[in-house]
Amino acid sequence: MIRKPLRPLARIFSARSAGENPDLIEHGNRRERIEMQHERILRKTQRRLIMMGGIFLISFGVIGMRMTALAISEPSEPKARATAAQILASRADIIDRNYRVLATNIETHSLYAHPQQVVDSVMTARQLAEIFPDIDAVKMEARLEGAQKFLWLKGAISPEEKQAVHDIGNPGLLFGPREMRLYPNGQLAGHILGGTTFGEQGVHSAEVLGIAGVESAFDDFLRDPKFNGRPLQLSIDLSVQSALEQVLYGGMRLMNAKGASAVLMQANTGEILAMSSLPDFDPNNRPRALTQGDASDSPLFNRSVQGVYELGSAFKPFTVAQAMELGLIEADTMVDTKGPLKWGRHSIRDYKDYGPELSVEKILVKSSNIGTARISLMIGSELQKAFLGRLGLLKATSIELIEGPTGKPQYPENWSDISTMTISYGHGISTSPVHLAAAYAAMINGGTLVKPTLLKQTAPPIGERIISQKVSMRLRSILRHVVTEGTASFGEVPGYSVAGKTGTADKPNNQGGYHKDKVLATFASFFPSADPKYVLIVTLDEPEDRAGSKPRRKAGWTAVPVAAEVIRRVAPLLGLAPEIEISRQNGLTLAKD
Amino acid sequence: MKNLFLGCLVVTVMGLAFWAYTENYATKGSLDKIAQLNKDIGLAHSRLRVLNAEWAYLNRPERLLQLVNANFDDLRLLQLTSDHFARLEQIPYPGPDLGPITEPIEVMNRETSP
Repeated sequence: MIRKPLRPLARIFSARSAGENPDLIEHGNRRERIEMQHERILRKTQRRLIMMGGIFLISFGVIGMRMTALAISEPSEPKARATAAQILASRADIIDRNYRVLATNIETHSLYAHPQQVVDSVMTARQLAEIFPDIDAVKMEARLEGAQKFLWLKGAISPEEKQAVHDIGNPGLLFGPREMRLYPNGQLAGHILGGTTFGEQGVHSAEVLGIAGVESAFDDFLRDPKFNGRPLQLSIDLSVQSALEQVLYGGMRLMNAKGASAVLMQANTGEILAMSSLPDFDPNNRPRALTQGDASDSPLFNRSVQGVYELGSAFKPFTVAQAMELGLIEADTMVDTKGPLKWGRHSIRDYKDYGPELSVEKILVKSSNIGTARISLMIGSELQKAFLGRLGLLKATSIELIEGPTGKPQYPENWSDISTMTISYGHGISTSPVHLAAAYAAMINGGTLVKPTLLKQTAPPIGERIISQKVSMRLRSILRHVVTEGTASFGEVPGYSVAGKTGTADKPNNQGGYHKDKVLATFASFFPSADPKYVLIVTLDEPEDRAGSKPRRKAGWTAVPVAAEVIRRVAPLLGLAPEIEISRQNGLTLAKD
Repeated sequence: MKNLFLGCLVVTVMGLAFWAYTENYATKGSLDKIAQLNKDIGLAHSRLRVLNAEWAYLNRPERLLQLVNANFDDLRLLQLTSDHFARLEQIPYPGPDLGPITEPIEVMNRETSP
């Protein structure tokens, strides 16, 4: 830029010659220069302000655009994130102790309709009724022509049915994916597994909820995505369960019983390897609960867990074990068995007269009510109640089934002397077969308490000591004699040295008395008797062996042969090698002899 | 000199822009591939579940028993009883290996078909 001089010579000379003050020219030029300078600064400032305004406008514009874009776009999962840990939304499987599948899911479809899009409702209703026999064409037509905009037609349909509906080719019939619970083994272990139902239903998915058995008891675990589909492992052994159910069903039919139950438990852990209650049901197609009549007649009723019964003489070993633990008696102590034993207006009788006195061992072998009642009088009410309480026979078991708490034992509020005597031989107290199994396990495993469980255990639990090792050992040998020479002689299984105690209890009738010809036959057994590994309880409801001239109902004729057959079938499956009786003449002589 | 510098800068910026452009599409392609793979994994999982369920269904004890009875003439399988236990010395040494499987049964070959 060419600076304009403050005193241009030409103007100065001409001003001088005209006699004017040349300083005025300088002043004028100086003022002009300052004004120009001001104007430049002003323009610069204005430019900066505009630029700043522009920057703000652009930044806010960008933020605004981004916000708008976020607000109007569909939300989506970030794709770039590592997807190694996928969340499985489906219900976890249930497996047995050898990892065989007991319950799993399969994908099926549900069928729904948008009636306003259905083209020919008369034709469609007829075609649907052809595919699904339970759909009524007339009712379906009325539903499709109704005012509703959405209709559920079927919960879960098979691929063939889906294809058939697809072939109708109606735009108003639509499918939604559905996860369905499948029990591949059908009826097997139905009472343990329970069953499921659909909860909240949407078009794209439906909640699968457990309604009974372990499905309900472990519902939270099975549904929790946190566990990433980790299967629930039960203590059940599928092949043992199958053999048990098969033999029990045959036994129930053969003995003309109306129901049966069996519990096979590991003696030192309390794990239930197999448990059955007949009649049973298929959890894939769970029957409806009875709305009238006796709930225990329904196949849904789990006799092993929910059914509380007076189990009769199978209770006698508890009385004997307690008296031995207290040091009141020994196996060879003689006890008065003169009958009938009168107590107030009650009298206690034996099945037949066993003479004036019997040893404690013979009392169990021959199953004498009078002898057991006399032993219980030595113990006394309070100690007896406390002992049975410690064995867990006075409260519901902690078994992991939703039905568990309903199997609450029943016993008299006022535990009088007569109650003590009847309870000593299993009358006046009602417990479930699972209770009995756990109590027997505690008696014969060396004397420590076990909790019945349906979950596979990794290590044997250390339970409370109930009786000493010595008493437990004596009891085992006495109960072995019950099989070799007593009431359970049909219980002998070659190689497995079965021991146990029978129990035949008259069933209570509605009038407060007892039926004359209806009994509940129980055989509480364990094997091998020298080192018991398994406890088996078999109970038959109203059995009757009609092979002889007179119907026989005693457990020794009914429950014992069934239990023996169960052991014969199941013990090899459990990998239990038979004990081979060592012959003395084996041709070898020890060097020191 | 200044112009040369500016020219270099422009070329660099254009080069980087092209690189970013190709990278962007390569990433999108990879993400799509991952999504497809995840979908395939999901499908494979559900197929595996169906096959497992089918395996369990076909091996249910009730059916195995029926098969044992139906094929008794050929297989002569019996229920395991206590006399089937043997001492170690009674067990024979293993025979020669089984030959290779020459007739596999195709169960599901969706992986190979498009």
